[in-house]
Amino acid sequence: MTPLLSVTGVCKNYGARVGCADVSFDLWPGEVLAIVGESGSGKTTLLKCISGQMEASSGSVYYTTRDDRRVALDAMSEAERRFLMRTDWGFVHQDAREGLRMGVSAGANVGERLMAVGERHYGRIRGAALDWLARVEITGDRIDDSPWSYSGGMRQRLQIARNLVTAPRLVFMDEPTGGLDVSVQARLLDLLRGLVRKLGLAAVIVTHDLAVARLLSTRMLVMQGGRAIETGLTDQILEDPQEPYTQLLVSSVLQV
Amino acid sequence: MTAILKIEGLCKEFTLHQQGGVRIPVLDGVSLQVDEGETVAVTGASGRGKSSLLKLIYGTYLATRGAIHVRHCGGWVQTIRAAPRAMIELRRQTIGYVTQFLRVIPRVPALEIVAEPLIERGMEPSLAAERASHLLARLNISEKLWGLSPMTFSGGEQQRVNIARGFAVHHPILLLDEPTASLDDDNRHRVLALVEEARAAGSAILAVFHDEAERRRVCSREVHL
Repeated sequence: MTPLLSVTGVCKNYGARVGCADVSFDLWPGEVLAIVGESGSGKTTLLKCISGQMEASSGSVYYTTRDDRRVALDAMSEAERRFLMRTDWGFVHQDAREGLRMGVSAGANVGERLMAVGERHYGRIRGAALDWLARVEITGDRIDDSPWSYSGGMRQRLQIARNLVTAPRLVFMDEPTGGLDVSVQARLLDLLRGLVRKLGLAAVIVTHDLAVARLLSTRMLVMQGGRAIETGLTDQILEDPQEPYTQLLVSSVLQV
Repeated sequence: MTAILKIEGLCKEFTLHQQGGVRIPVLDGVSLQVDEGETVAVTGASGRGKSSLLKLIYGTYLATRGAIHVRHCGGWVQTIRAAPRAMIELRRQTIGYVTQFLRVIPRVPALEIVAEPLIERGMEPSLAAERASHLLARLNISEKLWGLSPMTFSGGEQQRVNIARGFAVHHPILLLDEPTASLDDDNRHRVLALVEEARAAGSAILAVFHDEAERRRVCSREVHL
């Protein structure tokens, strides 16, 4: 078995400022990795670099395709990379407005990803959209509504449906529950947890919330000042953190 | 008998960086071996590291020194410093860990919590649900509760849901941390019966039991820390 994603020595500098520095890890099929750390620690920069949304200053990211080819992200053409991002990969933004097309209906948001992979049959597209809306607990009578009429929690669920409709193998999430009410968060987390397990998805989730990491992830990577300072099993990092900063992070939470 | 777990010179020390780097030694050179089909009690006064020992074997704590060898899928694996995904695989197939505390997940019903390890091992969901119902019934959880999230259950009910989950699949190695603590007599006997059955099915069990009578009932020998 080969890792789905291999990240080696990824660095990103913003002028003289370090975004992230020399981060390496492997992600295996079905694994959920949480990247944690305080704001400004480089979590989102790293996520953007490894998901092809931003170019790294140095280092490499390799992805193993469905036909078992190991491809370097920066060696792919723009068209290939775009195709990958529309089919095999998903990206869930913290702000659903960045991940949705706000000008078209909810159903079109889900259907659009299917059309991007070649589906043309209107009935099937609508059927899949309805199915996915139901899976993220949005009732069918809201399918023709604009995402503008949706609440924050619903938009986030719609964004998840849009990402998962093409059966991706790897999903990147940037603070998927950030900015939502606690009750809405719980529902979204449970939904994500169920989907990730049922579909056997691999995921990289950026969060500053250790409770989110505990619920969703199998492994954790702790970042501080742009560097990955500690990595391990989620329960091990939370119950027996080794690095001073990780101990501070874990002991600062009331209960996880 | 056939050994399945071998621990050599296991040491654990916590370094508390937030409290002036103070070092807290917990285990100092523990060696033991557990065979298939035996139940070994871990004894020792409070603070001697009984729970820590179980967490070290499960990989929740990182050992400072020593070695832990586990027989897994026909070969021996040294688990200290093992890659996380190797540890996850060990947990899925070989090492089970049961405590009195259930980690409740909002909105997930009791039946699903218990069936989850079965489904993870590839059992068909309807069969998994059947086995889960059987266990919940044996542990005296009223059928009305099966479809509800244990969020609102009593402490004892949550504990028994967790035990049902822990015993749902067969683990060649089973770590039990006071599974019967604070249960009433009837429920305690139900849990002990599950422990005895797991041993009869060949599990190697390492257990912390507060109660001496319970230890005598299910354990064949003791390891004193």
